[in-house]
Amino acid sequence: MAQEEVNKAIAGEYSLGFEIDIEQDTVPPGLNEDVIKFISAKKDEPEWMLELRLKAYRKWLEMEEPTWGKVEYEPIDYQAISYFSAPKKGPESLDEVDPKILEAYEKLGIPLEEQKQLQGIAVDAVVDSVSVKTTYTEELKKHGIIFCSISEAIRDYPELIKKYMFSVVPMTDNFFAALNSAVFTDGTFVYIPKGVRCPMELSTYFRINALNTGQFERTLIVADEGSYVSYNEGCSAPMRDENQLHAAVVELIAMKDAEIKYSTIQNWYPGDEEGKGGIYNFVTKRGICEGENSKISWTQVETGSSITWKYPSCVLKGDNSVGEFYSVAVTTLAQQADTGTKMIHLGKNTSSTIISKGISAMKGQNTYRGLVKIGANAHGARNFSECDSLLIGSECGAHTFPYLESKDNIGQVEHEATTTKISDEQLFYLRQRGINEEDAVSMIVHGFCKEVFSQLPMEYAVEARALLNLTLEGSVG
Amino acid sequence: MSKVLEIKNLKAKIGDKEILKGLNLNLEEGKVHAIMGPNGAGKSTLSKAIVGHYDVEVTDGEIIYKGKNIVDEEPEERALEGIFLSFQNPVEIPGVNNAYFLRTAVNARRKHLGLPELNAAEFLREMRAKVEELGMKKELINRSLNEGFSGGEKKRNEILQMMMLQPDVVILDEIDSGLDIDALRAVSEGINKSKDGKRSFLVITHYSRILDYIKPDYIHVLKDGKIVKTAGPELVAQLEKEGYGSFEEN
Repeated sequence: MAQEEVNKAIAGEYSLGFEIDIEQDTVPPGLNEDVIKFISAKKDEPEWMLELRLKAYRKWLEMEEPTWGKVEYEPIDYQAISYFSAPKKGPESLDEVDPKILEAYEKLGIPLEEQKQLQGIAVDAVVDSVSVKTTYTEELKKHGIIFCSISEAIRDYPELIKKYMFSVVPMTDNFFAALNSAVFTDGTFVYIPKGVRCPMELSTYFRINALNTGQFERTLIVADEGSYVSYNEGCSAPMRDENQLHAAVVELIAMKDAEIKYSTIQNWYPGDEEGKGGIYNFVTKRGICEGENSKISWTQVETGSSITWKYPSCVLKGDNSVGEFYSVAVTTLAQQADTGTKMIHLGKNTSSTIISKGISAMKGQNTYRGLVKIGANAHGARNFSECDSLLIGSECGAHTFPYLESKDNIGQVEHEATTTKISDEQLFYLRQRGINEEDAVSMIVHGFCKEVFSQLPMEYAVEARALLNLTLEGSVG
Repeated sequence: MSKVLEIKNLKAKIGDKEILKGLNLNLEEGKVHAIMGPNGAGKSTLSKAIVGHYDVEVTDGEIIYKGKNIVDEEPEERALEGIFLSFQNPVEIPGVNNAYFLRTAVNARRKHLGLPELNAAEFLREMRAKVEELGMKKELINRSLNEGFSGGEKKRNEILQMMMLQPDVVILDEIDSGLDIDALRAVSEGINKSKDGKRSFLVITHYSRILDYIKPDYIHVLKDGKIVKTAGPELVAQLEKEGYGSFEEN
């Protein structure tokens, strides 16, 4: 959009008291309608989007922050946060980067070129990843797949956005979703046309793109009839951010016979041993299996953030649809995680699987919270849940809150839950075979997570394993 | 005769209870030693003390292995040096692949001995051959370590590990418990084949049955925390007839 048009759009708003200079890169801390107008203008958004944002903001003002999670943190001052800032200029070279971070990159096996990009260091005009990116963009286009930033989608595909955004996570769904709806600045849109099987793991080659995103991401993935897509979010590299509050929203829509596989590795800064400085991660993720025989599968490996509050869920509306949730959540240092899923069975013969593995070490607190709801018409619905917790040391904690609501008494629900302390006998057995203590702990923990890691795309699984080792380093003994 | 393990005046407790009360025992290179004794005499405590189990606190005495007192060494150091314990009740470790675990252990030991590590193919070839020898089900190789194994399968898996790790001292703690006759025969054959004139065995048992299969060179009677009698294999017959009651401290 030309600058002229932007100016015009802003001028139109001026009478409404729009007083922030559009030339600015950052708005001062605080949230009000002017800030939202500023964000919308910065993103060249059409009027209807701004209206939706303002509506969300007004609803948010009436809502209250949820307090039911088993997490404790200092109250958040929403007026002290800046809701729009341009990407910070990175360091000149890797020499200026904290050696600790470089050491972590090394251990995780992140290539040098990617390390530079992670740190926002300008790279040569032609690097491999760029050309790879171009190649794949062409490839995707050939299949009619749309893969772009959410801002581009709002401008270029308004009909799809109007139809699907807020359709799975309504803007008033919860306090954090409402906040996100008002102020989101980044995110991704994916549309897979009918009958198309996406030929690659999305974002494996594009994740560099997504690295400047962060605070209020919004992702929307629509898989049309008979299509398939596997989407990977985040990466194992330690991510620091000046913004302490993160509130993302992800919506997935699977039509008849479609399948969406959504994998996450989250390694935001966890804070120190006292829990100071870490990211507060309040995420709303939900998918709907709209058509029959559709499938949505969430896999997450959560090792970062000081507070994690997130429940990737499936609404199983189509008959015979399938929902899956595979999770490894690690809390060490003073991290707190309250995570789990909701499986809402509405259609007939719908089935869901929940495999949750919580690992707590040092002073980490890990809570599984899950709901299985079987509607009145969901005849033949089935659920299997398995929630296991592993404790390393004696100062950490694990908690499990499974909820079940069933309006249909033919449904079949199985729930298993275990809490194990990493067993001295297991450790000793491995050590008696000549395996040192640290390797023995790692072997036991990896064994514990195996069911979940086996769900990840291969490259991603390799990253997840390395990340798990790094996260638990030093928390043993 | 060369002594591979010398236990001198060993005193050890579990919790507050003193179990070993000044035990003396010598293990000769290449020989099979059987430790027999009534329940509660301290047989398992002795095996745990030798491998450095966390339950056991050694309060006095020495365990000299290859000329060095190992009382303060970590369990993995003792293992790498060649002491192997076949556990009475091997623990299950979910999600840890049996072959992967054993290859890690074998390579840790090889590295310690300055030998080249085995690659996956070399290792599997060797492991498969041993699995066959032991009459073990092949699929157990790729299952989680001991998870859902029957009692007999667990014991066979212990012997498989022993055969792969090539230790110098093998402690068999109640190896025959929970074994049917076929499993007992297979396990014993595996053990007998591992005798090479250098490797020493310490067979800890409550019953003499296992000694029909694994012929001991020496019998030691353990009672109330001490070895009260050492003799040749002929002692087994006497023990069967008279029980442990007749043995008083000498």
